[in-house]
Amino acid sequence: MKNLLSIEEVDRDQIEAILDRAESFAEVGRRDIKKVPTLRGRTIVTLFYESSTRTSSSFELAAKRLSADLVSVKAAGSSVDKGESLKDTVATLSAYDPAAIVIRHPYAGAAQLISGWTGAAVVNAGDGKHEHPSQALLDVYTLRRRLGTFEGKRIWIVGDVLHSRVARSNLIAFRRMGAAVTLCAPPTLVPRGIEELGCDVTYSLDRLEEADVVYVLRMQLERMNDKFVPSLGEYAANFQIDSRRLGPRQLLMHPGPVNRGVEISGEAIDSPQSLITEQVAAGLVVRMAILYELLAGRPERPTALGEGAAAAEAGAPTIGQPA
Amino acid sequence: MSSAIDLTDVLDVRPGQPADLVLRRATLLDPVAGIDGVHDLVIRAGRIAEIAPPGAADAADAEELDAAGLHAFPAFFDPHVHLRTPGHEHKEDIETGSRAAAAGGYCGIVAMANTDPPVSIAGDLTALREQARTGASVPVGFAATVTVGMKGEELTEMVELRDAGAICFTDDGLPIRSARVMRRALQYQHLCGGTIALHEEDPELSAGGVMHEGAVSAALGLGGWPSVAESTMIARDCALAAYEDARIHVQHLSAVESVDVVRAAKAAGVKVSAEASPHHLCLTDEEVRSLDPSRFKMNPPLRTEADRQALIAALRDGTIECIATDHAPHHADEKEVPFEQAAFGVTGLETSFAALHTELVLPGVIDLGLLVERLAGGAAPFDLPRPTLAPGSEANVALCDLAAEWTVGEDGYESRSANSWCEGRTLTGRVLVTVAGGQVAYRLRSFSLGVAQ
Repeated sequence: MKNLLSIEEVDRDQIEAILDRAESFAEVGRRDIKKVPTLRGRTIVTLFYESSTRTSSSFELAAKRLSADLVSVKAAGSSVDKGESLKDTVATLSAYDPAAIVIRHPYAGAAQLISGWTGAAVVNAGDGKHEHPSQALLDVYTLRRRLGTFEGKRIWIVGDVLHSRVARSNLIAFRRMGAAVTLCAPPTLVPRGIEELGCDVTYSLDRLEEADVVYVLRMQLERMNDKFVPSLGEYAANFQIDSRRLGPRQLLMHPGPVNRGVEISGEAIDSPQSLITEQVAAGLVVRMAILYELLAGRPERPTALGEGAAAAEAGAPTIGQPA
Repeated sequence: MSSAIDLTDVLDVRPGQPADLVLRRATLLDPVAGIDGVHDLVIRAGRIAEIAPPGAADAADAEELDAAGLHAFPAFFDPHVHLRTPGHEHKEDIETGSRAAAAGGYCGIVAMANTDPPVSIAGDLTALREQARTGASVPVGFAATVTVGMKGEELTEMVELRDAGAICFTDDGLPIRSARVMRRALQYQHLCGGTIALHEEDPELSAGGVMHEGAVSAALGLGGWPSVAESTMIARDCALAAYEDARIHVQHLSAVESVDVVRAAKAAGVKVSAEASPHHLCLTDEEVRSLDPSRFKMNPPLRTEADRQALIAALRDGTIECIATDHAPHHADEKEVPFEQAAFGVTGLETSFAALHTELVLPGVIDLGLLVERLAGGAAPFDLPRPTLAPGSEANVALCDLAAEWTVGEDGYESRSANSWCEGRTLTGRVLVTVAGGQVAYRLRSFSLGVAQ
């Protein structure tokens, strides 16, 4: 795997390999010294054109835990503010010869696009309403630990599917792992034609009890330049997941950040069935695993001066040894 | 309509040497004129002088081309191109755009008015016509906007614009949002004349859309531009045209619903004509999965296979009377960005014949005669003379090698821009020589060299 651009292009074996690797990093995380030297001397750039707490902090911490040098660029306050094009920004950052660029961008296909402009491995940390593959991987990781297998399991994804890259990536990933997926949302928040991705679509929570897992999406108020529902009150009355609607054997997930009292109630968030904080913890080890899979086995890109190959041999990847 | 006039009586072109040319043993095909077979085609002083038995024509004082095995068609006419002048000459200008047209076998093109500023006053139109008379390789006509500055609010001085030579009126690039303004334009047409050509898109329904709304947009998370945003506007304007007894031309039909509306309107006697673009006839929204805006982002967007099939059926039955490229050049800077941010539009003049020959004629979907007829069908809706091989008419001829294979883009483009939807494709069929407005407008270099040996 050269890049992680979408979950669509990652097969089940590759998903399993990343999850297994993440398990081993979870092991490291329980030690006193949580850092490994795997990516020592290599540079990772995070390039965020949209705000983020979880994704940016966990990729940054993952890079540090792997001993990489980290450059974090946020569009606000950078040359992007001065009108620099994506292509020029990527060319500039590529001059530091990074091993990987982790990019979040408000438009679909941005990660794929920059992969053509840089020799660095590119990780899509969210591109518009398209995909968020690392989120899907951490959610699959979280659920695999709880469920063991996805075969025969029913997962309901509830909420603002239209504006959600998480919904797309997770739908693909859950199905690839063997689960059946139902999307539940008001009709105005369901993209026309989504059922062709192989899911059921329903406009009501009436059959929610059939779900083994309820995955709640954030109402993306910031992406809505239009009223898609008459009011948040009416939305909550019909689609909010609360302790009354949630059965005791059902698992609850949410990619965060939550709008308490809108798509999900406070009691549900804090209930024992909620995996929300486990998801966050999984984010770190899964993103370590992603960077490891992309970079550790891969020789450093030969530079224009012909260096690099020797460095790659010297830096044979190791895991599990404290730095 | 009247064959008494020539394209060059109405359109503007750089004056040059009238062609004296004999195409020896060419396979002539002009279905409208009933010409089909191997003949010598004789062009004298820029006019079709004679269709002689193969080998019989007198070539004295004329250039003689051995056209055995090659096809000569009436050259093509494109009622819908963007020459980006004034204002965006870094994308295209009259010289490069008309050269691209010549390379594609065209003898006439109509430039849209969505320039910067838009062509809304007679003085600007006159200036463009003068530029064409010094720099255009093929006859060029210019459209004027329906509304001032394409703002959709007040009508331009349509009588004055028409007197200055506006071929038609259009706000192409944008729809005319207000039904009230649309109705006024149709009423005023009875005074000023000139077909009103319409970019049909309900901006309320297409807002935020960058591709066809359907399974592919759902999978990619891209904003959908639904087919009904087109068909509902066409229905509105056909109803208004019927009510006002006016004449409209619907541009770049893309959807099955739109075809149904136009077909029904024609059956009801509405004076409506329609065009389709080569890319809508050859491609579907599946291409957008590549997320490549340079080849696959245009407005209206590529739609489904069912839509494509409906367009082909409409091309066959005459619901769509002409093929128009909607040649829309853009600079690489406007295309080397994420799909949603990229400019809409692809180029098409240099590849339309080859692409449609490859994708529709060779697989047997439509026959060659229909393609030739529709590629020249864009003149009639604007009361311009249809290009023909009939003796006595102005020479407008495309000489083509139907067997030639070539890879688009490998030798660059005549256009200033490279956003061709055919970039990298290998096509079968190539224009070798174009005679436009009685002058030799284009020769494929390798063919001319081969002939010289």
